[in-house]
Amino acid sequence: MDIPYTVAERPDTGVNNVKLGIWLFLASEVMLFGGLFSTYVLLRLMAVEWPFGSDVLNVPMGTFNTAVLIGSSVTMVFAYASLKMDDLARFKKFMAMTIGLSLVFMVVKGFEYSHEFDIGNFPSTSTYLAIYFTMTGLHALHIIGGIIVNSYFLGPGSKMWETNKAQFTNRIEAAGLYWHFVDLVWIFLFPILYLL
Amino acid sequence: MSDVTTTEQAVDAEHGHEHEELSFWRQYMFSLDHKVIGIQYAVTGLLFLLFGFGLMMIMRWQIAYPFQPIPLIGGLLGESRAPGGVMLPEFYNQLGAMHGTIMVFLGVVPLAVGGFGNFVVPLQIGAPDMAFPKLNMMSYWAFFLGGVVMISSFFVPGGAANSGWTSYAPLSVFATTGQTIWLIGMIFLITSSLLGALNFLVTIIQLRAPGLSFMRLPFFVWAQLVTGFLLLLAFPPLEAAGVLQLMDRVVGTSFFMPSGLVYADAPADFSGGGTPLLWQHLFWFLAHPEVYVLILPAMGIVTEILANNTRKPIWGYRVLIASLIFLGFMSFIVWAHHMFMTGMGTTMSSFFQTTTMIISIPSVVILSAMFLTLYGASIRFTTPMLFALAFIPMFGIGGLTGLPLGLAAPDIHLHDTYYVIGHFHYVVAPGTLLALFGGIYYWFPKATGRMMGDLLGKIHFWGSFIAINVVFMPMFIQGLSGMNRRMADGGTQYTMNQDVLVWNTVISWGAWALAFFQIFFIINFFWSIKKGRKASNNPWNATTLEWQAPSPPPHGNFLTPPQAHRGPYEYSVPGAQTDFVMQGDADGPTTEPAKV
Repeated sequence: MDIPYTVAERPDTGVNNVKLGIWLFLASEVMLFGGLFSTYVLLRLMAVEWPFGSDVLNVPMGTFNTAVLIGSSVTMVFAYASLKMDDLARFKKFMAMTIGLSLVFMVVKGFEYSHEFDIGNFPSTSTYLAIYFTMTGLHALHIIGGIIVNSYFLGPGSKMWETNKAQFTNRIEAAGLYWHFVDLVWIFLFPILYLL
Repeated sequence: MSDVTTTEQAVDAEHGHEHEELSFWRQYMFSLDHKVIGIQYAVTGLLFLLFGFGLMMIMRWQIAYPFQPIPLIGGLLGESRAPGGVMLPEFYNQLGAMHGTIMVFLGVVPLAVGGFGNFVVPLQIGAPDMAFPKLNMMSYWAFFLGGVVMISSFFVPGGAANSGWTSYAPLSVFATTGQTIWLIGMIFLITSSLLGALNFLVTIIQLRAPGLSFMRLPFFVWAQLVTGFLLLLAFPPLEAAGVLQLMDRVVGTSFFMPSGLVYADAPADFSGGGTPLLWQHLFWFLAHPEVYVLILPAMGIVTEILANNTRKPIWGYRVLIASLIFLGFMSFIVWAHHMFMTGMGTTMSSFFQTTTMIISIPSVVILSAMFLTLYGASIRFTTPMLFALAFIPMFGIGGLTGLPLGLAAPDIHLHDTYYVIGHFHYVVAPGTLLALFGGIYYWFPKATGRMMGDLLGKIHFWGSFIAINVVFMPMFIQGLSGMNRRMADGGTQYTMNQDVLVWNTVISWGAWALAFFQIFFIINFFWSIKKGRKASNNPWNATTLEWQAPSPPPHGNFLTPPQAHRGPYEYSVPGAQTDFVMQGDADGPTTEPAKV
């Protein structure tokens, strides 16, 4: 069955279904992380002592990861732009780079986690570490979700390019919006957990 | 024009498909059709309502006849729950927590939003299906899985969650394994609601038929639209809270655990530094909008039935929609009126009691508009109309009894008493549930092609209406006299309760009578599917687009692409040949002002 406006924009709303859907999804994600950010604020305000993030965490590693994630957002844009330029091979190159960079992010994050565990810093140690592990952990889950979706579009999902270019481009745009959101969350997480 | 052709092609294609046999699994279990998914939601929701009601009936025995062996099923409950058929207080707590959870998250919301929303909304907006059919199927199965997880928690060591449906910390953090299962179940249910809400919003915004502008949408669709926004934005903070509580329970963090906590005569093994208030804020930030998620679809259903059976346009369509949007917005800033007794401070209490008084205004506007719709009408007393008419005073009682609770001072006396139980049940049970039953009678012919039996329907209505008031009205008396809720002995241990204990028995018998009258509904439901009187496409002489589709609608819904030419409630239009003009009729008079 054909559902209207899956690809074409509806004239009076100016969007197609996928784009509206992904924006609404991101709105709910804002509320999810919003709940956690307010938790952070509340816990910090009522804490007797709250460590400076830079005393506990490895700021250079965090900075490196921030750069990696922003880089992956840039390659994601290039991947989308390549489809707009009708160049699937170029899309694949940039999409592979996006996935590669997100894997780098996860590996670095893994090193940071294992270092904390080694020196006896567990989520149960303090509310600061609890909120650090919970927020970055949930963020990492979002990264993993993004890697899975992006790998699908790089691999089997890209077959759609031969049958329906417009719809495939839409999907990449939606995946891109999600990816930028995940990136944006990190841009908020990094200063509040590492720097302040 | 291109989209019209696509729909036509889709319809043509579907006609070809109709004879093609889909396998049983694809057609009924993993269907992508919004009507099948809607019916799946509705039937599952009804079953969970019955199950949740069953839990309550067992509790009512314990309250009316404390620590006497439960008749009939007492022996089946097992030694860990009810040795010798006598209920343990621990099991009573499990029943209480699970009754609330099941009724709200597995019963009413799936029926009102998943069931009615899925089945009716695409038809009323003239769409071939929901915007994302696969997502729709996934949200049903996520809900189903969440339900299975919830029910399974009865069988883990220590039994199901027993910290109330609100799962207040730190009690819930110390609770048995059932609480962990509860949290996992909730994460499934929340995910399901999010996917569903997103789907509804995109469907309503994007798939409206040509000519169906926002100000021509049936009120039911508007109600679902606002409900969708509430679910989309209010549920994620609870998901966050669920994750935090899971961390507290499984990993040992201290989000909700204050410093210096003593548990079972020993310092609790937590780093401390958290606060139980955080859970309450995050929980009620969802759970107050959730109240409107429960009530708004019911209001939508009642409005449809009222307009149809008064043969009049609903009074103040634009005012209703403005109130609805305002209500939706305000529902996000009243949550802490559930927390006046937590010691969060008088400044907070003043703010939230003010917003709570403000939110009652749009509710009163909506109720008044419903009431005014009745004025001067020659009312058809059909079965759905009886339920819709009952909704008005029932929701009125529920709403008005909420005012003393919304003010911080009287709440000190009433908090945590049976008065609170009476209040919110009047909103959700005699209010929402009666409306939902009305909706089932109203749209049953569209879903099955047959009418539900009228006599059985009227017995079901009058029996339920009287019994449900016998159940909840005495709770106000008990509550005002200060009787606390959540007591496994029904309050017998307190001297001050002795005068009102007699109502315990009355309420319990009311509850069992209520169950008895549901039998008429169940018989009616199954009998009518097979043997009910055949229904035409538009048995109620209604105006909205869903009555233009065949009963039951085929895959793809409409035989010709529908188009809206007028507002949703063109009843008794002067100059028209019949007392209703359908939204899809191109000709005929209209009450809409001419376009300039």
